Amino acid sequence: MLRFISGRLLKAVVILICITVLNFFLIHAAPGDPAAVMAGEAGDADPAFLQQLRERFGLDKPLYVQLWIYVSSVVQLDLGYSYRQQLPVLQLIGERLPATLLLSLSAFVISLGLGVAAGAFASARQGKWADTIISLVALIFYATPLFWLALMGVLLFSVQLGWLPGFGYETVGANYTGLARALDIFLHLILPAMTLGLFFMAVYARMTRASMLEVGRLDFVKTAKAKGLRPGVIQHRHVLRNALLPVVTLAGLQAGQLVGGAVLIETVFAWPGIGRLMFDALSQRDYNLLLGVFVVSAAMVLLFNLITDVLYRLVDPRIKVAS
Amino acid sequence: MRRLISASLALFMTTTAAFAQAVPGGKLNLIVQPEPPSIMIGTTTNGPALLVGGNIYESLLRYDENLKPEPSLAKSWTVSDDGLTYTFALQDGVKWHDGKPMTSADVLFSANDYLMKMQPRHRNLMTHVESVTAPDDKTVVFKLKEPFEAFIRGLAFYTMPVLPKHIYEGTDYATNPANDKPIGTGPFKFDEWKRGSYIHLVKNPDYYVKGKPYLDELYYQVIPDGASRSVAFETGNIDVVPGGSVENFDIPRLKDLPNTCTTEKGWEYFAPLSWLWLNNRKPPMDNVKFRQAVMYALDREFAKDVLWNGYGKVATGPLSSKLPFYKDVEPQYPHDVDKAKGLLKEIGYDGKPLKLLPLPYGETWQRWAEAVKQNLEEVGIPIEIEAADVAGWNQRTSNWEYDIAFTYLYQNGDPAIGVDRNYKTSQIAKGNPFNNVEGYSNPELDKLFDEAAVAYPASKRQELYDQAQKKLQEDVPVAWLLELGFPTIYNCKVQDIVTTASGLPESMRDAWIKK
Repeated sequence: MLRFISGRLLKAVVILICITVLNFFLIHAAPGDPAAVMAGEAGDADPAFLQQLRERFGLDKPLYVQLWIYVSSVVQLDLGYSYRQQLPVLQLIGERLPATLLLSLSAFVISLGLGVAAGAFASARQGKWADTIISLVALIFYATPLFWLALMGVLLFSVQLGWLPGFGYETVGANYTGLARALDIFLHLILPAMTLGLFFMAVYARMTRASMLEVGRLDFVKTAKAKGLRPGVIQHRHVLRNALLPVVTLAGLQAGQLVGGAVLIETVFAWPGIGRLMFDALSQRDYNLLLGVFVVSAAMVLLFNLITDVLYRLVDPRIKVAS
Repeated sequence: MRRLISASLALFMTTTAAFAQAVPGGKLNLIVQPEPPSIMIGTTTNGPALLVGGNIYESLLRYDENLKPEPSLAKSWTVSDDGLTYTFALQDGVKWHDGKPMTSADVLFSANDYLMKMQPRHRNLMTHVESVTAPDDKTVVFKLKEPFEAFIRGLAFYTMPVLPKHIYEGTDYATNPANDKPIGTGPFKFDEWKRGSYIHLVKNPDYYVKGKPYLDELYYQVIPDGASRSVAFETGNIDVVPGGSVENFDIPRLKDLPNTCTTEKGWEYFAPLSWLWLNNRKPPMDNVKFRQAVMYALDREFAKDVLWNGYGKVATGPLSSKLPFYKDVEPQYPHDVDKAKGLLKEIGYDGKPLKLLPLPYGETWQRWAEAVKQNLEEVGIPIEIEAADVAGWNQRTSNWEYDIAFTYLYQNGDPAIGVDRNYKTSQIAKGNPFNNVEGYSNPELDKLFDEAAVAYPASKRQELYDQAQKKLQEDVPVAWLLELGFPTIYNCKVQDIVTTASGLPESMRDAWIKK
């Protein structure tokens, strides 16, 4: 197991460097550079100003030199300096990461927990009312664009009913501390986390239901029934566990998106997370910051892929991890 | 005889009048959109940076809505009869936010050193300046090379903010840690910046104008989505929506909310004017009659009334009507489809399709591009709208890779500062989206602009600018659209929200909340 993990980690580092190099060229292929954007914002520019900016950012050097400087600093765990925000990239990412993780993990837990429960419930009542309703609701959430759901959520719960705050991470200027602050953040979290969670919840529900129905038709379930086991025990101990494999795969994919997958929701709800940092960096051609976010999110994807592979073995001991 | 220009008395009177009723205390929540990269306005001068940084840093002068200079860090000033020497007396008792006294050495450092290195707008202004000196701690003297009358309107906070010498001297200006925790002399001090959420400023208790500012705290909130910004105002979480920070189609709904006030004031200094760059280097835009046809084809009243909710004004030429030396000269180009068609027929335009590059600043500009496309196609000019983001737009316009492109620019208080840069031959240079991007060249006009910039006194400048405006109106190097109106939407409890020609960035020191 340890050998497997260390082997995978080594591969992950190589993949990460490849991704970094690829991203580097992709970003530089987009028209315009940060100096042009900053000159554009200044409302005034002269060639000396542009030259000054390009020199300051090292953009006057040949591309391969810039790449070499970047990759060698990434290897030393230094993600460089943000051109625009005039702060180290690691600091900027570090400031935003907790908010994103809180949002994404909450959405992850909501979607996985509720989705699997709803799917299991529906499969046990195949063809009945409960199944139809759950399947229909899941289909609606699956098909509705996230930003629309988000805006409707704000209109209903924030503008009309006034139950929940419609934007932000906490009440600005309230200066809550301790438990009061935690509660305040929790209230702000509900709408974005639910909205972000709904899509994956629908996916988990549909997948768990389908997978459980499929497993339910297998011979060992018939045997269990013939043995006289109670239906609840069969469903939970035998069917659900065997049906979880595709769910784990999907959870691994979702977890990989924890860092970069919430751009839209973060924008609508003014959630100070990393998704927005990435979007801003892209529109402003803040190369180092953008690459930094890519490196961090790629590392997350690789990490969760590894965790998924390990979980496979735990969920289903038949899978030989070493192979 | 030396002319003494001092508005101290007038300011004193307005200050005391306002003070009689103003109530101290309270906090304001404002939108800042988009989140600025930095609020150190010596290096970062985009709109959002100024909105916040304008309360932290100050310049020698402020300007009233008629662009008349008022005291800021300078309490009074004189101009010599030959228009060459400007002498400024600094306010008493001004301290930096870290407690150190502000002196003429700081002004000298900012004008001669910091801003010369970091600020292109300041560098341009200083091409007219021979020397800046300080005979004593409280006096600064600018000696000009020629009588550049525009100079007195060039000292706004965003061209020449006074910066602390003791913090910046001998450091790398771009990476100085104080950029992240700015120290100025302004009515508000920096407290905290939670990136992605808000910027918090607090009252400067040692501010040199007694009794000001009235407000205790300012929160500039970052809400990236347009619909969410509107909702934040609707739900009362936001008190002030600065001009341009919600989509135009949301404005009619917001301004009709209870207790909601709007003002178009506070843009007199910037005087934003929009136009279409017509690439004069390429046919058919190289033909003056084609350009005139474009002017006749555009229904600018429609754009103003429908896309801009009636805010702003149809541009009558290269100068905004808010600028000194503005004149409504002939010829004018009202919407006239037949005239446009006639001109196109006259030049034998072959119907070659042209590309239109919109400004990537949101929905209004996209819709405006569609309206312009419709106008031009109606007279027989096929248009293809191209897409670009901000970086792409900057690159395309500054490298002249376009046929027709939207833009709008600030005119910065004087034609010699913010207008002639767009039309003079010497301003044709790649890599800059703010100069003569259209590639128009007319030696006669160059001469008029050059003379007008240094003519003295103002009456002489007026004559020359009248001629220049007429010449440009005939040649139509670009298609002028609207003097843009950006209404500030705010809760009516906020009083004196705009008190200078630069609006919100400078006015928070005067603003107060009615109980």
